[in-house]
Amino acid sequence: MSDARIPLPFHEAAPRALDDGQLRRNLANVTSSIREKRAAMTSEMPDWEALRDAGKAIKEHTLANLGHYLEQLEASVTAAGGTVHWARDADEANRIVRDLVRETGTRDVVKVKSMTTDEIHLNEALAEDGVTAIETDLAELIVQLAHEPSSHILVPAIHKNRSEIRALFLEAFDLDPSELSDDPAALAGAARRFLRERFLTAKVAVSGANFAVADTGTLCVVESEGNGRMCTTLPDTLITVMGIEKVVPTWRDLEVFLQLLPRSSTAERMNPYTSFWTGVREGDGPQTFHLVLLDAGRSATLRDEAGRDTLRCIRCSACLNVCPIYERVGGHAYGSVYPGPIGAILTPQLRGAKQDGELPYASTLCGACYEVCPVKIDIPSILVEMRRRTVHKERAESRLPATSLIDAALRGAAVAFATPRRYEAAQRLARIGQAPWVRKGVLKNLPGPLAGWSDARDLRAIPKQAFRDWWRERDEKQEMDA
Amino acid sequence: MSGKDARRAMLDAIQAATEGVRDDDPAAAHAALTRPYRQVGERDAAARLDLFEERLVDYGVDVSRLHASDVASAIDEELARRRASKVVVPLGFPEAYGVGVGARERLADDASPRELDAADATVSTCAVAIAETGTIALDAGAGQGRRAASLVPDVHLCIVHASQVVAVVPEATARLEPAVKAGAPITWISGPSATSDIELVRVAGVHGPRTLLVLLVTDA
Ligand code: SF4
Repeated sequence: MSDARIPLPFHEAAPRALDDGQLRRNLANVTSSIREKRAAMTSEMPDWEALRDAGKAIKEHTLANLGHYLEQLEASVTAAGGTVHWARDADEANRIVRDLVRETGTRDVVKVKSMTTDEIHLNEALAEDGVTAIETDLAELIVQLAHEPSSHILVPAIHKNRSEIRALFLEAFDLDPSELSDDPAALAGAARRFLRERFLTAKVAVSGANFAVADTGTLCVVESEGNGRMCTTLPDTLITVMGIEKVVPTWRDLEVFLQLLPRSSTAERMNPYTSFWTGVREGDGPQTFHLVLLDAGRSATLRDEAGRDTLRCIRCSACLNVCPIYERVGGHAYGSVYPGPIGAILTPQLRGAKQDGELPYASTLCGACYEVCPVKIDIPSILVEMRRRTVHKERAESRLPATSLIDAALRGAAVAFATPRRYEAAQRLARIGQAPWVRKGVLKNLPGPLAGWSDARDLRAIPKQAFRDWWRERDEKQEMDA
Repeated sequence: MSGKDARRAMLDAIQAATEGVRDDDPAAAHAALTRPYRQVGERDAAARLDLFEERLVDYGVDVSRLHASDVASAIDEELARRRASKVVVPLGFPEAYGVGVGARERLADDASPRELDAADATVSTCAVAIAETGTIALDAGAGQGRRAASLVPDVHLCIVHASQVVAVVPEATARLEPAVKAGAPITWISGPSATSDIELVRVAGVHGPRTLLVLLVTDA
């Protein structure tokens, strides 16, 4: 992947996002409303925890036996009249899709929202051949017309308000201002008319997949608007690009994930539409079907436990909506199609770019993400593991001296925290030492190498009386009273 | 670099990465996974229908309960109310119900997408329905039509028999399993198409039918 595709590092992008008032309001709005609804939808299920356990177990089993299930999937899809392609990386996947599209001779491709195709930048690759990929998901269409990346797994246009969307549509659909109000229903109607014509004429559709069933060769797309049904039904040719971790062993396994996903994702009992198709069905739907299996860092991620745990993710975005960091900075700051807590662990493992090393630090380790995750990914523990790896990597690249200030400080801390007596002594010393930098109870503008810490954080000064002192005094006082 | 190389390289990398964690017999290990979630619902038939109806109403679906003998007249009434003059009637749609379409222009479900776009409504049956989630499942069986037929026209009128309504998702996946294994396309529909993509305002109807009507036949 070329560097031009990797946007600003988190520590530069985050402050910009924080300054965007509209984004912060919209985000706070969507995350808090989805949070509440999700809680209601999951608590009404008496077997929610059992479903989470089953979801985790099925994914764990599948990933441990991934080679077996991919070969099985390949055989079933082929037997059902589809063609399976294997792509080691983004470039290989893009080349496969470009060749397939070129063979059909078409210049227009309809697309249903897919993070995998965003991840490999398929639209840009198709554009090199003069092929236009039209995003048919309303929010994706909006961000595509605005030439922006999406900012939320679920609501990619969360940063746009209705008048901005109206302006985009007026220009893109070539409408007179009198023809379109900024009422969301009117805007959706305009998109319906514009896209209907595309669906009826498109020869090729590109989709992602939420799940693929190994033993039957059945692909599954979960959606709300009906554009997924349109794309997987109307065109002659359907090309599905799928990360290899999306496979499940059997059809019955889907009964678990189709209960977990909608409630965790859009906080609905069920999403409006779910499409399942198996290869090619004569006289019904696309008569040519290609499945592209994408690796792009996944098989390497599979090597250790943290990686296998991460790959269980079903992309529901529940962890985003509960994350205090995500709620404030939004999706763009993470510089990846996978934002939020899952992005902070997935991106460094899949992409491994230098700057991704700081993503695992974009977390308070509060644990909310783990609690809501429908496949029980212990994101906080993996974040800590990723941080450890970043430090090791930087040390190996000798950006951190073998014995750095951090080591010295942590070793000092280990000594100081070893016994209560030493701890108290250290506290007393610090109370005296900190005096020149305390402003309103907060440490500010620390000197030297400590500046990097205090610039980005509000660190509470050590109080005049520590809890331990207060407790002891209280005990002594009580004794005296008695 | 050929496709074969990529396949081999990916499978080799995966085999190496899963060394020590994979099972000798994946199918047996899969069969041994515990499934402690509800396989069947506890509600009786009446409560199941009530819940199903409640869920549909919640999604903005028009539901009416009726006897099989009243389906034809109900279809006629609904089509008249929506001023539907061109109606898609899938192959295998029960004749007794189909008379409700009357003298209106009929389209077969294998009509081209363009022709379907000119139709006002589609009538169909379904394969199974799920009470807890308010879901209707189609499996391309008799009376359900090809996928495009229940997708392109703006009104979808679906006949659901009480005996087809199960309580929870696993009961439905069990019933659908033979169709899936036979390669049939499956569509799950839970309310009309919807989006909340613009300022989180829920708008019904983007690309699928903006109106979903369910006739719930209580004596079949
Ligand atoms: S990590 Fe879990 S909560 Fe987050 S998107 Fe993935 S499945 Fe959902």
